[in-house]
Amino acid sequence: MMGTVELNLRETELCLGLPGGDTAAPVTGNKRGFSETVDLKLNLNNEPANKEGCTTHDVVTNSVSKEKSSSPKDPAKPPAKISRAQVVGWPPVRSYRKNVLVSSQKSEAAAFVKVSMDGAPYLRKVDLKMYKSYDELSNALSNMFSSFTMGKYGGEEGMIDFMNERKLMDLVNSWDYVPSYEDKDGDWMLVGDVPWPMFVDTCKRLRLMKGSDAIGLAPRAMEKCKSRA
Amino acid sequence: MNYFPDEVIEHVFDFVTSQRDRNAISLVCKSWYKIERYSRQRVFIGNCYAINPERLLGRFPCLRSLTLKGKPHFADFNLVPHEWGGFVQPWIEALARSRLGLEELRLKRMVVTDVSLELLSRSFPNFKSLVLVSCEGFTTDGLASIAANCRHLRDLDLQENEIDDHRGQWLSCFPDTCTTLVTLNFACLEGETNLVALERLVARSPNLKSLKLNRAVPLDALARLMVCAPQIVDLGVGSYENDPDSESYLKLQAAIKKCTSLKRLSGFLEASPHCLSAFHPICHNLTSLNLSYAAEIHGSHLIKLIQHCKKLQRLWILDSIGDKGLAVVASTCKELQELRVFPTDLLGGGNTAVTEDGLVAISAGCPKLHSILYFCQQMTNAALITVAKNCPNFIRFRLCILEPNKPDHVTSQPLDEGFGAIVQACKNLRRLSLSGLLTDQVFQYIGMYATQLEMLSIAFAGDTDKGMLYVLNGCKKMRKLEIRDSPFGDTALLADVNKYQTMRSLWMSSCEVTLGGCKRLAQKAPWLNVEIINENDNNRMEENGHEGRQKVDKLYLYRTVVGTRTDAPPFVWIL
Repeated sequence: MMGTVELNLRETELCLGLPGGDTAAPVTGNKRGFSETVDLKLNLNNEPANKEGCTTHDVVTNSVSKEKSSSPKDPAKPPAKISRAQVVGWPPVRSYRKNVLVSSQKSEAAAFVKVSMDGAPYLRKVDLKMYKSYDELSNALSNMFSSFTMGKYGGEEGMIDFMNERKLMDLVNSWDYVPSYEDKDGDWMLVGDVPWPMFVDTCKRLRLMKGSDAIGLAPRAMEKCKSRA
Repeated sequence: MNYFPDEVIEHVFDFVTSQRDRNAISLVCKSWYKIERYSRQRVFIGNCYAINPERLLGRFPCLRSLTLKGKPHFADFNLVPHEWGGFVQPWIEALARSRLGLEELRLKRMVVTDVSLELLSRSFPNFKSLVLVSCEGFTTDGLASIAANCRHLRDLDLQENEIDDHRGQWLSCFPDTCTTLVTLNFACLEGETNLVALERLVARSPNLKSLKLNRAVPLDALARLMVCAPQIVDLGVGSYENDPDSESYLKLQAAIKKCTSLKRLSGFLEASPHCLSAFHPICHNLTSLNLSYAAEIHGSHLIKLIQHCKKLQRLWILDSIGDKGLAVVASTCKELQELRVFPTDLLGGGNTAVTEDGLVAISAGCPKLHSILYFCQQMTNAALITVAKNCPNFIRFRLCILEPNKPDHVTSQPLDEGFGAIVQACKNLRRLSLSGLLTDQVFQYIGMYATQLEMLSIAFAGDTDKGMLYVLNGCKKMRKLEIRDSPFGDTALLADVNKYQTMRSLWMSSCEVTLGGCKRLAQKAPWLNVEIINENDNNRMEENGHEGRQKVDKLYLYRTVVGTRTDAPPFVWIL
């Protein structure tokens, strides 16, 4: 389709644009660029000054600093990679609003949750934001609790592999532990169902339940496996 | 009317409250001019540099209420340096000297200092109402003076100001005798709040109708406050984190149920979303809901809340609501008149939160919609054409596609046709903001069809001077034109100098206008202040004969009857 061809062109930078209106600037430099690369009409003679004027953006981050300075309009200078976040005053959102939103996002810097394991004498705490996936968390937890597990297969395999559904199905008779978590609504859920970022967001507490106690949780997982198989 | 005594005419004029109408009345004849000026109580000044306090008082000696606006609109987006101007101090000094019976002062985008606030609080014994919007330069010490000295204070309304919070005791500065508060809005304060002082103040303010709290007021305090103020109409919740102490939450639920007059809800600066259900019982009364700062409220909790709000007229929300959420709004909120959808992702992460589908759904479901501000990732001409058909009643239409110059994402065409459809269908359109890929064509449509347009915001748009000329020639009612990063230059700027007499102001930044062009304009129009704002020393504007090629970074011009202002900082050059 025409649309995708043009998008690709833009991305592979095949346009023979002017030095000022080129490269990674998805901004005004290519304003006329992509439809015209298709037509091979390059506006080379037509107001190059225009391109210069419109292409250069102040490459400053959107901070509320009082001494922001506009970089001189110099087309010879290789333009830094300009994302829209670096255009001063864009998007047109009041700086007050920007500050409030940024500070509320920053306040979630760490997501420490308590981790309890049935039978262990004390609890631990983990920062969920330190991990990028269930696998990573699983490894970290097994390291943390390795001294406590009494799994059939010894230390490192004492923990249930979250992503390994077959192991879950073997739960009923095993000593293995099932990871569960308490979400924002106060419900106890089986770990592993939701995408990782959502999990980090909603998990308030982790509990590693003894396999035999987790019968209530496990059947749901087993049905899931069956329906997927 | 000539046969009526002046008092009768004045009595008739009392019913005319709109400033525009009163301005019109004053032009009818000398006698009406005289009667009108002595009876005028409220004056609105859209540009504080268009006139000075002496002339204001000369004409309207019985002024009670003054509204002043300072910096140009683009100052909101950091395009105007902080020291540019807009100081309220000279105004307050002049008003104080004249012993005016000032009762209300509303300021927007002005520089306000603690000294100004102190002077204000001491100079007007009947002072009742202070509203500050997007102002800066003061601290909580200034608020303390207002609290302590304004015996009849009714409104203290601080909206989105940058206030230095000295964590002082400004709230305790309200004397025990102060019982007249109707509005108390301190949501923008960042510091600690003296909760005891606040609760006592609310408890002794039986007329309190609007209360907007800051982040430092926790949920249990909110519960106590609402018990004291069940008559509340407008509530801004501060922090709304779930307290494991469920007793507070139960108290809150009970208190909210008693707030049967509650119509407007905002805040939730920090929030545990599943506590929102406490508000469900009163949602059916809500006419205004502002969750645009509630970054933690989204998904099913948000939807559930909205589904209860069938009478909503105004909704401000973050784009995390998504197109699906907007579809719920469209099917639930049939009374909706104003919608604002703000972006959560300001750094270009590319999450497609809301698209053209959400906008179309709203336009189809909400027949009374007349004002919209919509930040989105993408748009199509087809969608805009549909929106125009569904909603010909738009008064304000502001669309911001987050990526500059983005075309119709389906056809890759400019969005000229889409916006063209909007201006053609919406015959009462007064305010328009454009975005996306746009050529001169869209301006031709605007010039042709947008006959009522008063304010136009342009960014990264157009091809040649013709674009700007279409607008200047066609939009007879244009008052504020603001342009950034668009290829308009001297030809357009100088084509019709007298046009600027009918406009409040023109802003052009990162365009093609040159110093030479600006100078020529200033020469032709001595009644204009032509300001060049140039912070970059390397580009120092000099008289070096190359003015025709020296591009001006920021140009701000405005009509004025009092000539060049004297308080401009060094980097502002007034021609």
